[in-house]
Amino acid sequence: MVEPSTAAFAPAAIDTHAVATPAEHKPAWSILRKPLILGRKTYGEVTHDICSLLDRKPTAAWWGAFFVAASVLGIGIASVTYLIATGVGVWGLNNTVGWAFDITNFVFWIGIGHAGTLISAILFLFRQRWRTSVNRSAEAMTIFAVICAGLFPIIHTGRPWFAYWLIPYPNTRGPLWVNFRSPLVWDMFAIACYFTISLVFWYVGLIPDLATLRDRTKSKIKKAIYSFFSLGWEGSTRTWHRYEKLYLLLAGLATPLVVSVHTIVSWDFATSIIPGWHTTILPPYFVAGAVFSGFAMVLTLMLITRKVMALEDYITLYHIEQMCKIIIATGGMVALAYMTELFVAYYSGNEYERFTFINRALGPYAWTYWTMVSCNVLVPQFFWFKKIRTNVTAVFILSIFINIGMWFERFVIVMTSLTRDYLPASWAGFTPTLLDIGTLMGSFGLFFTLFLLFARFLPMIAIGEVKAVLSYGVHPKGENA
Amino acid sequence: MSRRLLVSVFGNEHDLLGATKAAREKGYEIVDVYTPYAVHGLDTAMGVRPTRLAYVCFALGLSGAVAKLGFQIWTSAWNWPVNVGGKPLISIPAFVPVTFEVMVLFAGVGTVLAFFLRSKLFPGKKPSVVYDRVTDDRFVLVLAETDAAFDVRKVREMFKPFGLLHLEERLEKEE
Repeated sequence: MVEPSTAAFAPAAIDTHAVATPAEHKPAWSILRKPLILGRKTYGEVTHDICSLLDRKPTAAWWGAFFVAASVLGIGIASVTYLIATGVGVWGLNNTVGWAFDITNFVFWIGIGHAGTLISAILFLFRQRWRTSVNRSAEAMTIFAVICAGLFPIIHTGRPWFAYWLIPYPNTRGPLWVNFRSPLVWDMFAIACYFTISLVFWYVGLIPDLATLRDRTKSKIKKAIYSFFSLGWEGSTRTWHRYEKLYLLLAGLATPLVVSVHTIVSWDFATSIIPGWHTTILPPYFVAGAVFSGFAMVLTLMLITRKVMALEDYITLYHIEQMCKIIIATGGMVALAYMTELFVAYYSGNEYERFTFINRALGPYAWTYWTMVSCNVLVPQFFWFKKIRTNVTAVFILSIFINIGMWFERFVIVMTSLTRDYLPASWAGFTPTLLDIGTLMGSFGLFFTLFLLFARFLPMIAIGEVKAVLSYGVHPKGENA
Repeated sequence: MSRRLLVSVFGNEHDLLGATKAAREKGYEIVDVYTPYAVHGLDTAMGVRPTRLAYVCFALGLSGAVAKLGFQIWTSAWNWPVNVGGKPLISIPAFVPVTFEVMVLFAGVGTVLAFFLRSKLFPGKKPSVVYDRVTDDRFVLVLAETDAAFDVRKVREMFKPFGLLHLEERLEKEE
């Protein structure tokens, strides 16, 4: 399949641009980098392209996607309702396997969220300006993924109306406090903090764009809503100056935060003494895996979005290639972690550790282990080829494989260790029930429903930030003449 | 007191930067510059004092961390001392993760609130948009007409090389 926007990278298209540049200024294509935004947009066109998506009536494709997502969410709601009415026993859990799909899904969704923060914070600190095209959607993805993740521990409590007991608050049960030495309490704080900071970061990024929408819309109701949320933004340089500093500070805070969140999630496992979990490699392994899976999800979402919303000039093949390269890097880290685990299990001389890893590769759940290895170690290797990185269909399919592989990674970690602990008498198996699967599906339904609503009501692309990179790789005088 | 303002509109950031520098060199009083996105170098060109938000952030982060660490010690060792597996009541390493999270939470949310406060941004505020396309594709430089010697024609001449799109005089609305 030939992607239409590849043409813009072809030499012929570059020559056309050069001709369009005023004669007295040299085109300077040779020394400048490739432009991030194609189609030689003016500022006005950027505003129009992104805002007009919100003015249009939703397309049939949107309604179709929304219907499917909402239906799947409905399955999830039904499953969870039945579970809460009956008890967590309706899942395939047993005395040995006390948590299975719920913790797998939790870790999976938290991991998905990490790519958003990486794009919005870490790539910002590294001055990777291509992030401007994808950061808004990736941050939205983070927020929705954390919502999906947070639901699982709450459902798993069985009595979600008491979930607030995790919060230390003054109560009438004598001086009774949560145990701050417990990783589960750390986890609660990490997720709550991560969600709040992600939401704040996202909202701060939205304010100038909401002001743009406010000054543009004709509808009175929309104007009132945009005015309320844009907080009276006027675009003053004094405000912009503080805003830039604020953005830098938030990026600086979010960077260690994102590392800490998945580290703490991994401590849920690593601080226990179950073989296969009780290792120091888990935190870096989890963080790398999180970024890896998150970027796969960003690619899956962005490839659909750019096609459906016709944003090919904004989310270009260059962006896709960059994300593929990050996947190669983080995929390599994940592969290294897999090998290190195997080596350490052998080298430790610990019988239980050795057994755990032999059991992973050859035991009853071997098929999940090999699914994980093929999806997470072999699949990313295809991205070494530029032909594949620039083929949208191929990238889309591969990104889905990585999503699947990363879900199985968490399943393997949870399941192989839990079903085979120290005492053969307590060994057990786990088979998911329909409700397990329904709840997992429901979380995808929730995620996509929220993402589709976001695409309808908020600018998918950070308008203000994209305008700032319009001149990137373009001769100053040529860009807005 | 009301001031007479001179609003000049430009079409891109390079022109605006040039015009701002020129106006500052000639000693005109720049009231503010409005742009659709953060233009780098504009703050120094118009002489904005560096923001002190970083200090606010540091102070808030530090107080969040201290408060949370104190709270954990108080709940675990004083208010409800429970022996968990023989661990010390004040087990500092185990208190680090939550302390860190709360530090980030305080610093992040607090700095955003400080930013809103300092920039006078709040829900329901009526924005006085200086030019209707300033959040779209126009760059606006506002000068104060400080005295009777202020000559609009001179300013127009000064801004001409920067592709001045529009110039208008305005009376500042009284707050």
